[in-house]
Amino acid sequence: MAHRLLRARADAASLSGSPLWRWLGLVPFALFVLLFLILPVLYLVQGAFQTPQGQFTFDNLRALASPAIANAYSLSIRLSLVSAGLGALFGLLLCYALLHGGLPAWLRHAFTTFSGVASNFAGVPLAFAFIATLGRLGLVTVLLRDLFGINLYASGFSLFSFWGLALTYLYFQLPLMLLIITPAMQGLKREWQEAAESLGASRAQYWRRVALPVLTPSVLSCFMLLFANAFGTLATVVALTGANFPVVPILLFQQIRGNVLYNPNLGFALALGMVVIMVVTNLLYFVLRARAERWQR
Amino acid sequence: MRWRKVESARRWPLLSWSIVLLAAGYFLLPLYATFQFSLGMQRGETSFAAYHWLFASERFIDSLSYSAVASLLAILAGTLLVVPTVYWVRLKLPRARGFVEFASLLPLIIPPIVMVFGYMRLYGDGSLLPLTTSDSRLDLLLVIGYVVLALPYMFRAIDTGMAAIDIVTLTEAAESLGASRWRIIVSVIFPNVRSAIVAGAFLTLSISLGEFVMASLLSRPAFGPYLVQMGQDYAYQPAALAIMAFVITWVCMALMQFFALRKPGQRFLPRLWAGRATKKERDVS
Repeated sequence: MAHRLLRARADAASLSGSPLWRWLGLVPFALFVLLFLILPVLYLVQGAFQTPQGQFTFDNLRALASPAIANAYSLSIRLSLVSAGLGALFGLLLCYALLHGGLPAWLRHAFTTFSGVASNFAGVPLAFAFIATLGRLGLVTVLLRDLFGINLYASGFSLFSFWGLALTYLYFQLPLMLLIITPAMQGLKREWQEAAESLGASRAQYWRRVALPVLTPSVLSCFMLLFANAFGTLATVVALTGANFPVVPILLFQQIRGNVLYNPNLGFALALGMVVIMVVTNLLYFVLRARAERWQR
Repeated sequence: MRWRKVESARRWPLLSWSIVLLAAGYFLLPLYATFQFSLGMQRGETSFAAYHWLFASERFIDSLSYSAVASLLAILAGTLLVVPTVYWVRLKLPRARGFVEFASLLPLIIPPIVMVFGYMRLYGDGSLLPLTTSDSRLDLLLVIGYVVLALPYMFRAIDTGMAAIDIVTLTEAAESLGASRWRIIVSVIFPNVRSAIVAGAFLTLSISLGEFVMASLLSRPAFGPYLVQMGQDYAYQPAALAIMAFVITWVCMALMQFFALRKPGQRFLPRLWAGRATKKERDVS
């Protein structure tokens, strides 16, 4: 009886809900986030501004400008730009073709379904698939050599170089672009085209003066997401090149494994640089997406 | 003026077709090539030898089951963490929604390699909470890492699932019948968002099953590091593994779609006797 009364009182209290009592419900989640998301990152940020002895310094950040590390950043940024650019361009063209190209509807559904899978088909297996396709003994390489006499690897192409990696990244970038740009493309209202045509605009003019300006924030936001997606890619590079392709994540990977930079705090600075780039690109993505969604109401 | 319009209308489908065919070729050729390659293990004949070899390999089975268990534990822990939190925030703490949403997005922004680097440093030797000092603790840390990786997907799935049901009314109804807070979550809310959880779970599974970075740096005997090792040692087996990974991803996505679109309480299969039931209704009317 007594405990039932107590529980009734507790229930009444929770229903009337003193604010403090309510916030208690958030404690497990907040604690988890603090311990395994926020503190680890803050720890690295703090370490980036310290000497190994624990004194405050900017030396680690300055050391990011040393040739090896600056090259890694430059390579990472170029690779991300190229693969995001190709993904955005071809994704846009593909989306246009599927939506406005007068093609059967089942094609669009097939591509959407496939993209849902392919955008998640990354990492090590993707690298294996491309080795079997375009590696030295890959099917396409051998076919080109035997049927057309084209020797890919003699002509300077290599799957394990910059353009090979960009081509591999495209396999998850293009589907991702297709998935996220389709709603924006569908948001182009028919009335706009009709209005433009009734004012005597050609189709090209409508696209140049109406559709593309409306689509631009969407395309830019998707580009940012693709950039971040490529920048953080590590497993694919490891499986393709055996960790011998010095992009930033690979450098950090080797540093964690064996302190190749001979300064643990330089590793923190490297990680901080990665986080900064990811945060900036993601912020741009959110801001631009918010701008783009004004048209999709 | 007029002829230009006609010509453009005729030229566009051709252009569209060529773009689509090019894209289809780019998507399908690697899959075909990989499949062909995976059948070439025995000289001069096509066979499934590479697949047989894998399924007879102890390391393949062991690493795959290790990763499957780690993923399932992460899904379980993620569910226990996210369901009550989302429920509580929707019911009592709408003001905390921004924080929870932001925290759930963070793992998409912070790269996994940075996250795991932070864990190794923060929870290494001599910290207040050492998690890298023994194998079982490293296993725990990997599962925690997977919970973090899965957070954005679990949160979105469960939040969408909760938005589809009227939790306030359901909660009040259960309270008026004398159910405790915990009982409400377990036997009223949970069954209603079960499909959403399962949808999020399959997405999580497809991401963490072959995850390489965290598993490798925490030196766990997981599937991802095993894959990389295979790629360095063999030629035909990696192709077979890639095909299997693609099939697993495909199955996970299909199941995710299936569960994401299910209504609470809907049957898995349409009723076999639906026709008879409607006939009975007709007789009644």
